[in-house]
Amino acid sequence: MSYKIPMGPYHPALEEPYKLDLICTGETVTDAKLHIGFNFRGIEHLAETRNYIQVIALMERVCGICSNIHTLTLCQAMEGLTALTPPPRAQYIRVVMAELERLHSHVLWAGIAAKLMGFKTMFMTCFELREKVMDILQAISGNRVNYSMNRVGGVNRDIDDPQAVLKMIDALEAEMLRTVIPIFTTSSTARSRCAGIGVLTHAKAISCGVVGPVARASGVGQDIRKAAPYAAYGEMEFDVPVQPDGDVKARLLVRALEIMESCKILRQALSKLPPGELFVGDGKFDFTKMVTTTSTSRVEAPRGEVMYSVSWKEGSRNPARVHVRTPTFAVMPAIRWMVLGARLADTPLIQASIDPCYSCTDR
Amino acid sequence: MNLWNKLMCYSRRRSPWLFHMNGGSCNGCDIELIASLTPRYDAEQLGVRLEGSPRHADILCITGPITHNAVGAIKVVYDQVFGPKAVVAIGSCPATTNVFIESRTLDGPLNKHIPVDVFVPGCPPRPDAIIQGVAKAAEILAERASKKLPVAPVVMPLVGEGCGGACACGGSGGCATKEVQA
Repeated sequence: MSYKIPMGPYHPALEEPYKLDLICTGETVTDAKLHIGFNFRGIEHLAETRNYIQVIALMERVCGICSNIHTLTLCQAMEGLTALTPPPRAQYIRVVMAELERLHSHVLWAGIAAKLMGFKTMFMTCFELREKVMDILQAISGNRVNYSMNRVGGVNRDIDDPQAVLKMIDALEAEMLRTVIPIFTTSSTARSRCAGIGVLTHAKAISCGVVGPVARASGVGQDIRKAAPYAAYGEMEFDVPVQPDGDVKARLLVRALEIMESCKILRQALSKLPPGELFVGDGKFDFTKMVTTTSTSRVEAPRGEVMYSVSWKEGSRNPARVHVRTPTFAVMPAIRWMVLGARLADTPLIQASIDPCYSCTDR
Repeated sequence: MNLWNKLMCYSRRRSPWLFHMNGGSCNGCDIELIASLTPRYDAEQLGVRLEGSPRHADILCITGPITHNAVGAIKVVYDQVFGPKAVVAIGSCPATTNVFIESRTLDGPLNKHIPVDVFVPGCPPRPDAIIQGVAKAAEILAERASKKLPVAPVVMPLVGEGCGGACACGGSGGCATKEVQA
């Protein structure tokens, strides 16, 4: 006989409010339904009532973990509207900020995954390591969460001393190689808890249209940084880690390897930081003269592809429409296929393995 | 106040257990709350522990601008916390709804629905500010346990603008110190 277990919306295993209804037979999950919308703040509608500069500050609050990515994508879309090209130094600083954000997001996810495995020590280690990334972010931008680095046509702040940041990154990478990466890749405790659970096959990954690390863990080697380079990613050398297994262990490995790739990109970007201006123009943009009516931008966020589409309204200070498509929106339907046939005790780890961000998805 | 009450006040001040609720937050304050419990900031040295059930908790930490969907849950959870209890509104969102003001899907600010004891401003507040707010709430909790008197809401100084309680003003924001708390 099957029974229903409602999980959430305010549940200790969930970081954010959402509801997962699990239909179980015995210990086995036979179906799952996901309810979201507890975080719905109506940001897309609010964006239509704010002017172009205010929208940047508003969109930074879409998500507190990938705040920089949202402004980066929005600014790129707005640059498409006004046909502005940021100067090379700004492009490089954007890459540095995006990769630092990826680092802290992946380490944060590793901590939460460790906590859900019941590995509390690892959770604390990951968060201590994350503070080192936050130190770098704070040294560059002055803030810990909402960096407000991006503006239309460039960046707001400079990296004054790239060598000092490079030293911090060396220390960070050494620490990663010493603790986090070996434990997640070789420790039998971590492997036994996540190998073979929450499998998303290659075919299912393609039919669900998943993005980001979840797709790469199912053998779909897609990455916007490689496929459609933005900012200065075209000049960086890096690999896209792909794992064929599609289980939670593969997602763990992909993210662990991406941490190392991020360090590689950061080192290149900081050592090659070109001199020059931080933004084009004098900071005043004439939003009455747009070159196109709708502009779209795609960026690889820590969780996958983020797409922004900004439409221009003639004679108005406000955009006609700001459309956001977040990675969790694409990955979310795959949860159902991951938990089918899984044990009930594994579901918190499986649903967390996609690194969900429902505040992005609900907006 | 007899010895038993004194012991209860001491215990309440020294082991405030938290229940965290996300009332439509962007995750920024939630992550900073988690960061404040981890080794760098280590709120656990104050006896603070994040608890999974509101029935085990003393202090309710609420983040986010309070969406329509969250209002019912917040009221239910507030009733589930046993008294004496304290509520900490973390971030600018529960205090003023912040950048989301005028949104039709919000039903904020938080003190429209439940009484709030401590407001920790910032978008998001730094982990030190969150710990300071929770420590203040623990004091309020002990005060409630002893006298059972209503306590007026406290607005903590913005860390980075005020002294954060480091000087003689005691964190009331009356001083002119503009140093950023490390």
